[in-house]
Amino acid sequence: MDIQDLQNRALSLLDDANAQFHRMPGSAILMRYIKSSYQNDPVRSAVELFLVIFFLRYILASSYSTQKQTHVPLSEEEIDELVDDWTPEPLVMKPTAFEDLENEKRPIIVGPTGPKSKLSNGRTVTNLASYNFYNFIGNETLKEKAIQTLRTYGVGPCGPPGFYGTQDVHMKTEADVAAHLGTAACIVYAQSFSTITSVIPSFSKRGDIIVADKAVNYAIRKGIQISRSMVRWYEHNDMEDLQRVLEKVTKEQAKKPLTRRFIITEGLFENVGDCVDLPKIVELKLKHKFRLILDETWSYGVLGRTGRGVTELQNVDSTEVDMIIGSLSGPLCAAGGFCASTAEVVEHQRISSASYTYSAALPAMLATTASETISLLQETPEIMVQLRENIKAMRAQLDPRSDWVKCTSAVENPVMLLVLKPEVVASKGFSSQDQESLFQDVVDECIANGVLITRLRSMPPAVGAGPRDQGWQPQPALKVCVTTGLSRKETEKAGIVIRHAITKIITRRK
Amino acid sequence: MPTRTINPFANSPPAITSALDAMNEKEPVRRSSFSKVNNRFSQLFSTSPKSKASEAAALQAALVAQQHVLLNSPSPQGVNSSTLSLPTICLSTATGEKSPMEPQTLFQPPSPAEARRLAKSHAEFGPLGSQSHRYTSQADETIAFADPVEDEPPYYFLITTYISYLILIVFGHVRDFFGKRFRQKHYAHLKENDGYAPLNSDFDNFYTRRLKMRLNDCFSRPVTGVPGRFITLLDRTSKDGNNTFTLTGMTTETLNMSSYNYLGFAQSVGPCADSAELSVKKHGISLVSPRADAGNSDLAVEVEDLIAKFVGKPASMVFSMGFVTNATAFPALVGKGCLMISDELNHASIRFGARLSGSAIRMFKHNDTKDLEKLLREVISQGQPRTHRPWKKILVAVEGLYSMEGTMVNLPAIIELKKKYKFHLFVDEAHSIGALGPNGRGVCDYFGVDPSNVDILMGTLTKSFGANGGYIAAEKHIIDKLRVSNAAMLFAESPTPPILVQIASSLKMITGDLCPGQGEERLQRLAFNSRYLRLGLKRLGFIVYGHDDSPIIPVMLYNPAKMPAFSHEMLKRKISVVVVGYPATPLVSSRARFCVSAAHTKDDLDRMLAACDEVGDLLQLKFSSGVAGGAEPLVGEDEVLEKGGEREKGSEMQLVASPPRWRLEEVLKRGVEDVKVPLR
Repeated sequence: MDIQDLQNRALSLLDDANAQFHRMPGSAILMRYIKSSYQNDPVRSAVELFLVIFFLRYILASSYSTQKQTHVPLSEEEIDELVDDWTPEPLVMKPTAFEDLENEKRPIIVGPTGPKSKLSNGRTVTNLASYNFYNFIGNETLKEKAIQTLRTYGVGPCGPPGFYGTQDVHMKTEADVAAHLGTAACIVYAQSFSTITSVIPSFSKRGDIIVADKAVNYAIRKGIQISRSMVRWYEHNDMEDLQRVLEKVTKEQAKKPLTRRFIITEGLFENVGDCVDLPKIVELKLKHKFRLILDETWSYGVLGRTGRGVTELQNVDSTEVDMIIGSLSGPLCAAGGFCASTAEVVEHQRISSASYTYSAALPAMLATTASETISLLQETPEIMVQLRENIKAMRAQLDPRSDWVKCTSAVENPVMLLVLKPEVVASKGFSSQDQESLFQDVVDECIANGVLITRLRSMPPAVGAGPRDQGWQPQPALKVCVTTGLSRKETEKAGIVIRHAITKIITRRK
Repeated sequence: MPTRTINPFANSPPAITSALDAMNEKEPVRRSSFSKVNNRFSQLFSTSPKSKASEAAALQAALVAQQHVLLNSPSPQGVNSSTLSLPTICLSTATGEKSPMEPQTLFQPPSPAEARRLAKSHAEFGPLGSQSHRYTSQADETIAFADPVEDEPPYYFLITTYISYLILIVFGHVRDFFGKRFRQKHYAHLKENDGYAPLNSDFDNFYTRRLKMRLNDCFSRPVTGVPGRFITLLDRTSKDGNNTFTLTGMTTETLNMSSYNYLGFAQSVGPCADSAELSVKKHGISLVSPRADAGNSDLAVEVEDLIAKFVGKPASMVFSMGFVTNATAFPALVGKGCLMISDELNHASIRFGARLSGSAIRMFKHNDTKDLEKLLREVISQGQPRTHRPWKKILVAVEGLYSMEGTMVNLPAIIELKKKYKFHLFVDEAHSIGALGPNGRGVCDYFGVDPSNVDILMGTLTKSFGANGGYIAAEKHIIDKLRVSNAAMLFAESPTPPILVQIASSLKMITGDLCPGQGEERLQRLAFNSRYLRLGLKRLGFIVYGHDDSPIIPVMLYNPAKMPAFSHEMLKRKISVVVVGYPATPLVSSRARFCVSAAHTKDDLDRMLAACDEVGDLLQLKFSSGVAGGAEPLVGEDEVLEKGGEREKGSEMQLVASPPRWRLEEVLKRGVEDVKVPLR
């Protein structure tokens, strides 16, 4: 009786369900499809049924992350215990004795920087450590103009260029640099150091290719690192090696989709001081269809008849170089950096270059100072002649006459880098650290004798980096910056002091 | 004498001095001449009060007039004329003692040159209208610091926003489709050319080309002069759909609601500019050397000491750029085997630095301490991925005040977590230093937290101090290590003398070492202005994000087309504002951002509110539901109730919240007094 009832109930339910199903739009088609497929091809029906089951199972399965494959499930108590047990390292490591010494001995300049500067210990020294090549710091007209700007614009622009921080003076400085270099457009950054670090990743992305000189400076390295592009290094200033690398890259990439390719190098190398062979690089980049990013931070305002940099010195049209990065803070005595290129490249940077978009603009008074010094360079090229005279005088005192050091800088470079001669290093068995401490002693000795010089800073290693991660490091060097603020005589005198200090320190160190 | 009864100060010289002090605060630019006069005043009273009876009477009359100014909050014109004439009164009376031939009139109009000078200085920094327009920025200790309520617009606006973007994208693709076929020249830079890959990828460039280009004239507007209370825009037009602009040669002076000039130190006159000028004369324009070589000037050392003292840390170091301060700080602190935990809305410079450091990076939800704790428990218990070694150290990086949201970090809660989970804490005070706290010392000051609880305090000097650059403050041994390992210290140019001096003088002004009273006035005006504008906007019916004391006030627009429309409408009313949309914000929440400054007067803000009221009606921007504030103020019994059962009442309030749509007159009438009580 009960069973009968249940059966009837089930049947009526089935009927209802059937009716409902038939009422659904498209149900007839589905039924016909299943029937015919079952009759014609039972195997296919089985596969389809399997797929439907798989589909349902997949949909109903709980979601899981592909990331946490190594996740260890732990109870709350265990986590609490681990949290209690965990002792982090201190935020910074203890400074080494050498670093302590460096902090202690860092000279403090009291009053204005100039060819003669006063230190906090009361001594007045000949300053051969600042990039004050043309002594624009002491220029009263420049000061006057800067004060005028200060009285019209205030000090800071109080905003990034995108949000009401673009002032007319910035546009003028940009136009001045572009006109000086002969490029179509230019963009001015608020700081020179961060310019190239930001320019590189705004164009070179993941999957793109960068071929760079091994000796490029820290800022370029960081730019390359953040771009996540594939990077190939070539031996410093070795054009044959560059050619080899370019050919290899071209061959490797022949079958792959075309990506952006860049050659990155410096005009005057910060770490070595020598000059790039631009005509050859331009020839190679045109041949292999690479773009050239040239860091002229140390050569703009220094090389060439009117200070236009390597392009002027080596007679290369500045439009042949895809991007020229330069500094307004060194010889130009203002602050900020720039990238000169085509209008398209410049406009792209205005919205996508991190240190331009996300940073406050350059203070107006520094922008006008840069404009002024650029016109000074163009109007009075004789100061450059005078600078080269002084470089020659200084070089004559150091390079050929010293038994211990040689100058790796190019002859026109006012930043003279003096490294120990290879035979000296070999005979005395100096490690890189020994050389650094030795040069620090030389610097101290020079300051004691009234000449302020400095040494080349090695690139700071990354935190937690082992010896395995150690990249290319420059050879420790002394850095002597020549200036026109000193007469030839004074320069020679300072050169003698430096030479004697080197001899004294090295001979003492047996 | 009737004046005697009205004027209680008349027979007590010390009281006069205090009243005059108050006046001095009222009129910052004339400070120096005032203090001189001040002494003479008291002298005058103590020595010969009777012999010069007529002058004493005149003085009393002047004082009454001054008091009148103090007590009422008159129209801007009234304020200006009375404050303008103040120095003249004092000068005439002060000199009158020596030379009786001086004219005896009290209210002498300023000479044309003087008037021009004052007009210029007031365009950079507005005079305070009334002493009641001040407030102290400080966390209310009686209430737990909570996240601000984020209101949501009606669905209609969200749906139309999505539809707008859809239309923009479809149109963009249609234009691209035809453009690439018929106007190939315009697309050459997106195509492979002579074996060179395009510099910009077509896909990345789509947003810029098709969406941003439409509102390009709202960005990078060129300006000239001081970005103070007003900012002068150079007018420009575009004939090719915002691709290129030509300057018309005309300028427009607008109310500046866009610059990060929180304390109003963007000035070309006044003590800061004076000392900057002196420093150019004395120290030259630049130091032309990195700090590590020969760029270490006595100025930099002095500024570092000042900053360290100001933020309450033993040592600090300054850099020439705020962005680089972050970009180089992280690589010097963390690296391989370390973990950085960052708020998801942290500034690009923090991300830049984190990526450069090579450490592992995790993010937590914006200002969500619960999410942070969950993440901390996970990362500490799991250790490094794959190897499961414990992390060497964990650095949590947060911002004090978030520049796009106007929200503040919940510092006390994070410090609680720090005590439990032993991570290191880095607080970026780019926007909060100077702008928050009763003494302007940032979030620590605001919450009354000891700065020693935070490992590293970083900030920029661009914003509140009107200079440029950034700083890091920490324990001495940390700074000592950073001095030798931080790349910006070794290779980047050092900050220039005028910048350093601007920092030093503005800092001294905030602490009261220079022109006492002025710094305090700036801080309190900023706090008042922030709350006043925020409350006003909420009452008008706008959706406003952020905490009440934050000087960054984002007003939500949602629809993308409202961004240029809002910007243009405000420009028509001579107000410059910043509009931000995707990708700086989530796709739907396009917004306009106002940055309040101490240089603004209440009248400026009233003008702003009036403009917003009109534009809000025009563009249908008043869509708040009332959950986030702007409700009718409580009176009598309600107030007691409110204080009694804070939390329960809060939830009830959400249920009964009615959309606030105040009339402008009401907003302006009630604004000043309601700012002083907790906003609702």
